[in-house]
Amino acid sequence: MTVPIDAYLVVGAGLFGIGVIGVLVSRNLIILLMSVELMLNAANLALIAFSRALNLMDGHAFVFLVLTIAAAEASVGLAMVITLYRNHDTVNIDRFSILKW
Amino acid sequence: MTLDLVIFIISALTAIFGALMMIFQRNPVASVMYMILSLVSQAVLYMQLGALFIGAVLIIVYAGAILVLFLFVIMMLNLRQTEDMDSDSTPISKLAKFLVSGLLFLEMLFVVRGSYFQSSVETGLLSPQIDDFGSVESVAELLFTTYLYPFELTSILLLTAIVGAVVIARKPSNEDPVEILPFDSDDDEFKSAKAAE
Repeated sequence: MTVPIDAYLVVGAGLFGIGVIGVLVSRNLIILLMSVELMLNAANLALIAFSRALNLMDGHAFVFLVLTIAAAEASVGLAMVITLYRNHDTVNIDRFSILKW
Repeated sequence: MTLDLVIFIISALTAIFGALMMIFQRNPVASVMYMILSLVSQAVLYMQLGALFIGAVLIIVYAGAILVLFLFVIMMLNLRQTEDMDSDSTPISKLAKFLVSGLLFLEMLFVVRGSYFQSSVETGLLSPQIDDFGSVESVAELLFTTYLYPFELTSILLLTAIVGAVVIARKPSNEDPVEILPFDSDDDEFKSAKAAE
């Protein structure tokens, strides 16, 4: 193994940063949901890297649970996207301002 | 430059590239495709770290199920070109968004470079891998012994998510008892007040 652990963590941090940019900048609700998934994946990468560095398997179990949560989040989020699209005919989040004062 | 390093650099750059393209695509379908590209190269990184089973699960569950679900929704809603990204905001707020994300990234870099990990891992290089690290057997052993309780709770979470998704996405039928009436139509006080006028 010639690649240091830090390199994986930096890649994970970069992916997380890109996910944050996506959540803040994108106006499309579906791309926003995918950015959230990307952030979860960046956390997974960091967990796997730490688990490899410490030679402990526990990180893999955590990643498994995080994957489950990502699946649940995606299904509920997409159901909400469908309902919103049915009521407003758009997925642009700037149009969903009914609750805004 | 060893083969390990070459594989790492290629897959890391592909993962970052796919993620960037995923965000800045206008077309949602292309966005999903770039997300799949990013995920596959992340799975390569997992496997390089010895997590063979988790890498395979990532491809099967994410690229095979979750992103196909995204594609289904995009096709079902018939989304094509969406509006300009961030079209309603001023340049300053756009700049602020990128600045906040960049600061967050820098902060995470400092955490990575921080003192915590330097002590447990010599010069950042990885120690030799233990036997059967990342195999199906060892992951399953952890999930069914140490983490049995969270693992069982996961099933409840999934059940809740399924029920929630069905209830939220259901089309309101005509026989639905709950019907939203106009504000003043069924208000007795309102009617009597109007009659008094």
